[in-house]
Formats: sequence, C-alpha cells, structure tokens
Amino acid sequence: MKIDKGVVEYVAHLGRLALEPNEVELYTSQLNRILEYMDSLNTLDTEGVESTSHAVPVTCVLREDLAKDSFSVEESILNAPEKIGSSFKVPPIIEVEE
Amino acid sequence: MEDILELTIAQIRELLQKRKISSVELTNYFLERIKRFDGDISSYIKVTEEYALKMAGDADKKIADGENGQLLGIPLGIKDIYCTKGIETTCASRILKGFIPPYDATIIRRLKDEGYVHLGRLNMDEFAMGSSTETSYFGITRNPWDLERIPGGSSGGSAAAVAADECIASIGSDTGGSIRQPAALCGVVGMKPTYGRVSRFGLIAFASSLDQIGPFTKDVEDCAIMMNAIAGYDPRESTSVPLNVPDYTEFISRGIGGWKVGIPKEYFIEGIHPDIEKAMQRAITTVEGLGATCVEISLPHTEYCLAVYYIIAPAEASSNLARYDGVKYGFRPQGSIDLLDMYKKTRSAGFGAEVKRRIMIGTYALSSGYYDAYYKKASQVRALIKRDFTEAFTLCDAILTPTSPTPAFKIGEKMDDPLQMYLSDIFTISTNLAGIPGISVPCGFTKDGLPIGAQFLAGHFEEGKLIQIASAFEKYANIEKRRPAL
Repeated sequence: MKIDKGVVEYVAHLGRLALEPNEVELYTSQLNRILEYMDSLNTLDTEGVESTSHAVPVTCVLREDLAKDSFSVEESILNAPEKIGSSFKVPPIIEVEE
Repeated sequence: MEDILELTIAQIRELLQKRKISSVELTNYFLERIKRFDGDISSYIKVTEEYALKMAGDADKKIADGENGQLLGIPLGIKDIYCTKGIETTCASRILKGFIPPYDATIIRRLKDEGYVHLGRLNMDEFAMGSSTETSYFGITRNPWDLERIPGGSSGGSAAAVAADECIASIGSDTGGSIRQPAALCGVVGMKPTYGRVSRFGLIAFASSLDQIGPFTKDVEDCAIMMNAIAGYDPRESTSVPLNVPDYTEFISRGIGGWKVGIPKEYFIEGIHPDIEKAMQRAITTVEGLGATCVEISLPHTEYCLAVYYIIAPAEASSNLARYDGVKYGFRPQGSIDLLDMYKKTRSAGFGAEVKRRIMIGTYALSSGYYDAYYKKASQVRALIKRDFTEAFTLCDAILTPTSPTPAFKIGEKMDDPLQMYLSDIFTISTNLAGIPGISVPCGFTKDGLPIGAQFLAGHFEEGKLIQIASAFEKYANIEKRRPAL
C-alpha cells in the first residue's frame, strides 16, 4: 500500500473535495492500484534526460499591451450563481467573532 | 430524400450550390432523423433546432447571393466542449449546467465564417475524461452498430452521430485518443491534428499539453475539407503555431508509391482482439498493394506511455479544474457556512466519480514530496517517447497501427475498473504525448459485425501525409460499405 485513508483525505482537501466515507474507501484502493502501475516508470533510468512539458517547442509568446474591447460587467457576471449588483456574491471568507 | 444520408460534405455542397436542395431542407432532414433515432442512441445532449434553422436560412440567402463558404449550409454536430455564444455549454458536467458562454471559441468562429449549421451539442465523457461516454452527467451514448455497446470516448456522441447519420460530420477533441478511438469503434474517419495546428481558444481545457481539436467524417476527403476550415494560427492561443496551412484536399489522389510505412512491433501485442489482428494483416497487404513498403520499426518506450499519460493528464486536469469553484458560473449548492465549505460542496456535488478520481491522482502527483517521483519522472519519460517517434520517422514516411486493441465493449463492462478502462487508449495516447498527428480510418468489421479502425501516424504538421495515405488506403482497401441497422 502506497497511500492510506489519511493521505486520501489530505489530497482531497488539497483538491477542495469533500469525500464521503465510502468514496475515501474506494479511492484508497483504486489509487493504490493505479499508483502501483505508475511504478513501472521507476525501472527506467532517466538520469540527465531533460523533461518535456510540451511536445512542440513553445516559447513565451508576447504581444503589445493594447486596449481592446472586452466583456461588459453584465456579461462577466451573467453566469454567476449568486450576485449583488455588479459583483459576485460568496459566503463569508474571514471568520467573524461572535 | 433517403439517399441524402449516403452523401458526403463534398457531394452535398455541390447539391446546395446547384440549388437541388436548400440548407433548410437539409437541416430539417437531419432534425427529423435525430428525432427518429436519437432516442435510442443519445448522441446529442441538446438539439438546437431553432438556432440551426436560422443558420440554415442565413446559409440559403448566402448561396442565393453567390457566396461559397467551405461548409456553407452544411449541418454539423458539435461536442459540448466548445464555448458557443448564447448556447449552453456543459462539458457533460453538472458543474457547468446552465453555463451560457458570452463568446465563441475560435473553432466555432471559424466554422461560422465558413457558413456551417449548428445542429446541437454532442455527448461526451465528463470533461472529456473517459473512453466510453459513460461518465456524462446527462447519461450514456450507445453505439449505433450495437445498442448494448459503448461508442468509445470521450467524443462518443460525435462518433455515434456521424455513424447514425444524425449529422454530416462533427467536431471532437482528443487528449489521449478521444477522437480516434470512438471513430474506430463507430466505423467513421477521425483525425487528431498536430499539437498547435488547430486553435483551442474557447475549448474547455482538460490537459493543456495534450488537448487537440479535430473532425469526424464519413470519408477522408471530408476530413480534408473540415481540416481546411479549422486549421491555422490564432493569436488568441499562445500554443497555436504560426505555420502556413496547405490545402488538404490536394493530398487526396496523390497515392503513396515508394513510401515506407513503419509497423511498430510494440503495437502488435498479446491481448489484441483476433479479428483486429487479421484486419491489420489485411491493412498491411493493402498498403503494400499501393506501392509502399512496410518496414518493422521499434518504439521502445511504448510500454511506459500509459503510466506517463495517467500522471501528466490528471496533473494538468487537477490544475485546470481548480477554476470550478462555484463563484463565477455553473452549479452551486445551497447552505455553505463559509467559502472553503462552498468550494468543497460545489466540487463534490458538481463533479462525477471519474473526474474526482483524476483530480485526486493529479493533486497527489503534484503534491509536495511526490512531484519528483511522479510528474517530473513522467515528463522525462515523455521526452524519451517523443524521441522514439523522431527516430522512427527517419526510417519511414508514416506509421500504421491498430487504433484500439478491442472493438466496442459492452456498456458497464469496464466501469468498475479504471485501469482496464485506461488500457482502451493504449494505441492512441503516445501520439498526444509526442504531439504528432494521427488519423483513424475504417478497415473492416469483426465477425460480429463491429467496426475496426486502422491508425496512421506522421511527423509534426504532416497532416497532409495522413490525408494522402488514408485516402489511398480507403480507396484501395475497398472496405464493404455498411450502415448500422437502426
């Protein structure tokens, strides 16, 4: 076993997921099987091999900083689940002392 | 009108231009077919009837005015992964239910510039994560050749709709085989272009170093026509490559006399369905009959592709999917006590099981202490996989492989075993890791009457070569023309 339920719960928190107990159970066993499969990579010597993050060489693409038409405020918040006036509405971020 | 379903884009365009048929008539024909047959297949998440008929009416006016766009008046189906202004775009996820983009993806804009008709939104695996179109929030899609079987995935709706003649052609996306594998399993043509060839601006991202957009068509000539419409540089997409795009239809009748075609020995492994193995032997004979020589080549790191892919793709996905937080768009459950609670409730109820599993794998692989062991290691092996192809293409002009190790499998067969499901992509993912183009073309049927696909691969930006070999193959292989019995 590479990872236990504690690791699964921690990773879920990092990924901002709240898992049900049965999901923790399932993902612990499935992730262990998948990670075991990934271990095949460790049989390869990659000492000195440059990592590839893109298959086609991509350089940093720059452009002129020009003002162009953009979305209006109305268009920007059109899909918000909750809004107030021209703003996105969210639950409290900072704890309020009682 | 029954014979319309036999016609390709090239043939229908001629009928439209000669005014033998109008785009509105054509669009109504496909809308009727969808009504009649899509209840069983469910290739569409949503049919945009009114929008389609308006576009068809506009196309008819343009035809009357003498205009001649490459897709003017042609009804297409669109995978529900491209932002389309004013049309609900969900990526088959609950978390994007109700999302109405305020802009068009570049691919949609290009299709509009060519005068296409938008029939509707095609089903897919949630966030394009899957090989069977069974993870969609809106339900499964069935294979038109056998309704008990999956159509492949993730672009299963796009493949099934073309196979069932519920559109003339369609658009899908391919991160590890999501165009080629369903094309093979549904008996149609599907191409994944080179990374950087088609702009992804407005494509909902899954794994950004792997995602590409491409067409599903009835034949290779239509694939060339679609590629002409969608390929090319886009300043809005920083990985889009500023190279000239050839006219792909010019590669159609060139033949492949004198070509060397590589047969990678690592792709003919145990576990391939016997009928697929036989079909591949026939494919090799066909290619040689066209005056090419088949040579055995080696892609020595093939066995590591799946492990590399299932680290890199989930890692990138876990990062891309961080944006779904319940603030800006889509689904948000009620009753959260604070912001963190809202994030967790939104994401837990908004994502399905496979998406959550991949967020977990990716987050783990990128987390402190494991990054070097997983993500970095995978990125290094990816360099070796890419080098395998570079070396192979010094020995051959194109590579021939099976597209999928098995024909379409039964619904539910692999849903409880993620690793078995991931193995469905074993012949297609190396292409995405190396960034090269690939095409799947029909190459026969199993004894049970299920379609089989052959895959051709070429070097970066050599889509023309793929059109050349695939069209020659299609013509000479003389695969029996069958349509699914609906």
